[in-house]
Amino acid sequence: MTTPAASVSRSGNGRLIGRAVWLPVGLLVAIILLVMVLAISITQGAAELRLSTIYEALFAYDATVFDHLIIRTVRLPRVVAGVIIGAGLAVAGALMQGLTTNPLASPDILGISAGAAFAVVLGTFLFGGAPLLVTGVLAMSGAAVAAIIVYALASAGRGGATPAKLTLSGVIFAMFTSAFTTAILILDRNTFEQIRFWTVGSLAGRDWEQVLWFGPLVLVGLIGALLLSRQITTISLGQDVAKGLGQNTAVIKAFAALMVILLAGGSVAIAGPVAFVGLIVPHVARVVCGVDYRWIVPFTAVIGAILVTVADTVGRVVLRPQEIPVGVMLAFVGAPFFIYLARWKIR
Amino acid sequence: MQTNEFPKPNWIALRPRFLPFSARVDRRVPAVFLVLCAVLLLVLVLSVSYGAYKIALLDVLRAAVGLETSDPNHALVVRSFRLPRILLALLIGMALAASGAIIQGLTRNDLADPGLLGINSGAGVAVVGYITFAAMPNDALLPWLALAGALGASAVIYLLAWKGGVSSLRLILVGVGLASLGGALISYFITRLTLENAQRAYAWLTGSVYASTWPEVRLMALWLLVLLPLAFLFARQLNLFNLGDDIATSLGTRVEQHRLTLIALSAALAAITVTVAGTIAFVGFVAPHIARRLVGPTHEGLLISTVFVGGLLLVVADLVARWVIAPGELPLGVTTAVIGAPYFAYLLYKRGR
Repeated sequence: MTTPAASVSRSGNGRLIGRAVWLPVGLLVAIILLVMVLAISITQGAAELRLSTIYEALFAYDATVFDHLIIRTVRLPRVVAGVIIGAGLAVAGALMQGLTTNPLASPDILGISAGAAFAVVLGTFLFGGAPLLVTGVLAMSGAAVAAIIVYALASAGRGGATPAKLTLSGVIFAMFTSAFTTAILILDRNTFEQIRFWTVGSLAGRDWEQVLWFGPLVLVGLIGALLLSRQITTISLGQDVAKGLGQNTAVIKAFAALMVILLAGGSVAIAGPVAFVGLIVPHVARVVCGVDYRWIVPFTAVIGAILVTVADTVGRVVLRPQEIPVGVMLAFVGAPFFIYLARWKIR
Repeated sequence: MQTNEFPKPNWIALRPRFLPFSARVDRRVPAVFLVLCAVLLLVLVLSVSYGAYKIALLDVLRAAVGLETSDPNHALVVRSFRLPRILLALLIGMALAASGAIIQGLTRNDLADPGLLGINSGAGVAVVGYITFAAMPNDALLPWLALAGALGASAVIYLLAWKGGVSSLRLILVGVGLASLGGALISYFITRLTLENAQRAYAWLTGSVYASTWPEVRLMALWLLVLLPLAFLFARQLNLFNLGDDIATSLGTRVEQHRLTLIALSAALAAITVTVAGTIAFVGFVAPHIARRLVGPTHEGLLISTVFVGGLLLVVADLVARWVIAPGELPLGVTTAVIGAPYFAYLLYKRGR
């Protein structure tokens, strides 16, 4: 997957031709990798299954075979959920990094995930076990409110919403809401019992219902992100450049923000506030394919899906029969990556 | 250094005749100090008088110094229940504020917080991990585990940020990274706990001075008596750090050595609070800001004021925590967040960059 970048840097002249050929090939390779990872993920679990069984369960389903039943009702929805949230959070991060020209922007750092999580916890506290539809609405509106507050906070005062102010207001908003989330969890045992696994960020026990409710939202967000990708490339070059090129940045930003809310809100509704995917993956994608968001968005989606699937699979396997939630696994990968960036890439 | 160029110097020089020590403080410091002390006393008395069992202000004072009051219960309530917890809140606020002022001065970043040194996540991982994996958790061990975890995490962060010297930016970023790793570990431990223990762990993580005792107050006071004077001795070095590493070096500071000492001091100050009350956010971050507005950025005066502002903040936060959902009680860390976060937002608004 490093070939595209290498070929680009090798010859300035063959640049366009090189990219036109290598980027689709690279994407194809990434997708094949994703499929392989998914297949391996489905085989792993309490009972190890063979790849051929997966094939049969998908294309020659036999309801009387127990393994087929496991694959169709337990393992398949779980990996599909993983793919959705991986792609959703990663692309949300990419959009945010492009919009704000801030390399640290991501749903978790700018407080979007925390807002969605708080809304869901509050809903569970007020209404008891909320039906899925309510959870979804809450997560979306939490994400939306969070986005509006964080952005308003950052753009108030002199200088407007600079990257630094945006990051800070996001971090603070996240701390603020999570204090309330914690208060609810401490004071109300019922809510705590229902939701404590969800707040860590986990894919355990996700079934088709969640995938079918929230998957389409994320899908709409992904398609929207692809459609907007050309404009986002322009914005990522800087507000002034975008305006100079005659772009109506306010409208583009509003639409892109809507996509971020769909992507992040839908993902959080499925798996809870999973951190680090939105931060890391766009950086990896940029190493592979450069600065063009028409390529960054699809690469980010596929790499995000791979990352979450691998993290979830490893989390299920290392401490068998216990399971490490995917949110924790991603922090184990993400935090060292972050420290690595801090230690070796910054001065 | 400018000496007497100005018509009216805006600082006061302290030169004790018998000590090899001198300090320069802002002219506003004495007045601010007196006002802070007065407000603090007032709030302390108010806080002790408030509760399910209300006590008149005068009776609070009489009971506190051991005089007879109209009701024999007063002495019990004031001296055994309320005073220790409120004094503990005061001392914790002081320690956290001093810790925050040091780390902010050291990193030249006014948004830094003792949490950056991994105090909270280190202590949290040690304590929650112990509760999770020990067959028979022994509560007496918890403070020591918290201390070991907090200082251990600080050491790891310092070492990871070391690259022929520790730059402040690297220190902050490594701290953020390690804190998120610690947070993930804690979340994982909590999912493994029984429901009851998990909720207890959450309460500890949010910080609380519920049911504090006199021995805890004495322990805390003793530590502060040792660490705070040390912090004042190093205030001058903090002023030099404010000028940047290069200038500090050229002015003859042993930058790395002092940085290590100051980090250790800041970590120790925050770590002891964790052992008695769990992790309390935002005080260490907000208090130095308020103090800076009051007396300016020179660290000799700043440290003194910060300590009192921090104490005041936490006593108020504790009062609010007991009052909001009375007869229930919010975790102290939640109220500090409710007070701290809007202040941060305001700060962001004023900064403009």
